[in-house]
Formats: sequence, C-alpha cells, structure tokens
Amino acid sequence: MAALTTEPIDQTALGALVLRPGYGAVTSFVGHVRNHHGGRSVDRLCYSAYHQMAERECAAIAEEAMTRWEVVVAVRHRLGDLVVGDIAVAVAIGSAHRAEGFAACRFVIEEVKRRVPIWKHEHYADGTSAWVDPTAGVERSESEGP
Amino acid sequence: MTAFRVELFARYAELLGAEEVALELPTPVTVSMVTDALRALPGGEVLPARPVLARNLRIAAPADTIEPGDLLALLPPLAGG
Repeated sequence: MAALTTEPIDQTALGALVLRPGYGAVTSFVGHVRNHHGGRSVDRLCYSAYHQMAERECAAIAEEAMTRWEVVVAVRHRLGDLVVGDIAVAVAIGSAHRAEGFAACRFVIEEVKRRVPIWKHEHYADGTSAWVDPTAGVERSESEGP
Repeated sequence: MTAFRVELFARYAELLGAEEVALELPTPVTVSMVTDALRALPGGEVLPARPVLARNLRIAAPADTIEPGDLLALLPPLAGG
C-alpha cells in the first residue's frame, strides 16, 4: 500500500491494518504540524517528495523493521498543503508484546526522517516562507510579503 | 558524449529555476561530473560542493559511473516527518 498520500491520515485505520489475532499491541507514532519552528510562528506548510524513491524507501524501512522484529508495519506520510494540527506522518506497529512494538516504532520514524526524500516548505505568520533544512536550521528562500 | 536528464526538487528546483535539466557530458560520466555541471548552471553556484545525487532511486557515491537511461535526481537536505 502506498506510503505517500495527499489525503488526511486516519491513524485509527492505520492501526487496524497491523492488528493480527496473535498481537496484543499496536504501537503508534503520529507527527502533527506544530505552530512554531526555529523560534518562528508557523501558519501552514507544504510537503513535496521524490515520489518513486520515497515509496521505495518507506517500503524498505518497513521490510527492515519486519526482518529485525516480529512485527507488522504501516507508514503514511502526507504530501501537499497542511495546516497546524494536521497529521504529517504516522507509523503503526502491530506486535505480540510492547517491547518490540516500541523499538520498531522508534526505528521506523527515525529512518523515515533520515532516508525518505521528502521536503517541507513552511509558511510563517509574518508572510514569509522557507524550505526547512535540518542540516542548517531554517533558511529563508523567499518572501511573500504580508 | 552521454546525454541524460536530472530531476530537481524543492529548494534546488527553485535555485535552478527548473524541475528537470538536460546535460551532455563526455563519457564515462561520474556522479561528481554531474554535480559539478549542475553547480556551473545559473543559480547552481549556491549548491553545496557535493550535493546528494540519487541514481536509480539510491543515493550515489561521487565516483559512481552514470549509464545511459539511469534515473538521476538531485536531492536537497531531507525534511520529512
């Protein structure tokens, strides 16, 4: 199933995808758009991706987690325009017990952030906007005026 | 000479003013030759010295050789999640 979506992410439905009769745990990470970044007030943002590679990396990360732990993995990342409070990314892990669920969930979200080619363009309350560069802090790339 | 295209994304697409560029370089072409050629384009001078290039959906090393038909993409620092 595709990891990237332009539709709102349903975390309950994602959790249902990884539940199995022998599993006693669904462990989730849900990342929301927050209203601040780098000391600036964020109004909204737009995610874009290198689609083919992003899907391939998400599938590879899920496979790696399922090889390493006895778990089932589901990942979704939103693309397009989001506002404060929207779900940007969600990971759901189904497992027999909580220990492997927490470990796999942490692994998957960290690897998604590290490896999946997705970019975030933030729009600020002062009317400016910038591409987020985690390697260099916030870079202002353009100004939209007030 | 080998002709190929490089996809551009996010801030790098803005810097170079295009979502794709066509290049032609002397064979054999390496990843570092591609990134040097991109840095020589108008707007490319602000790219990092060794920007990340994906070859066939995987991060490529500077010395990797480009084959005709390879999928190439220049990747700005990732910011998902």
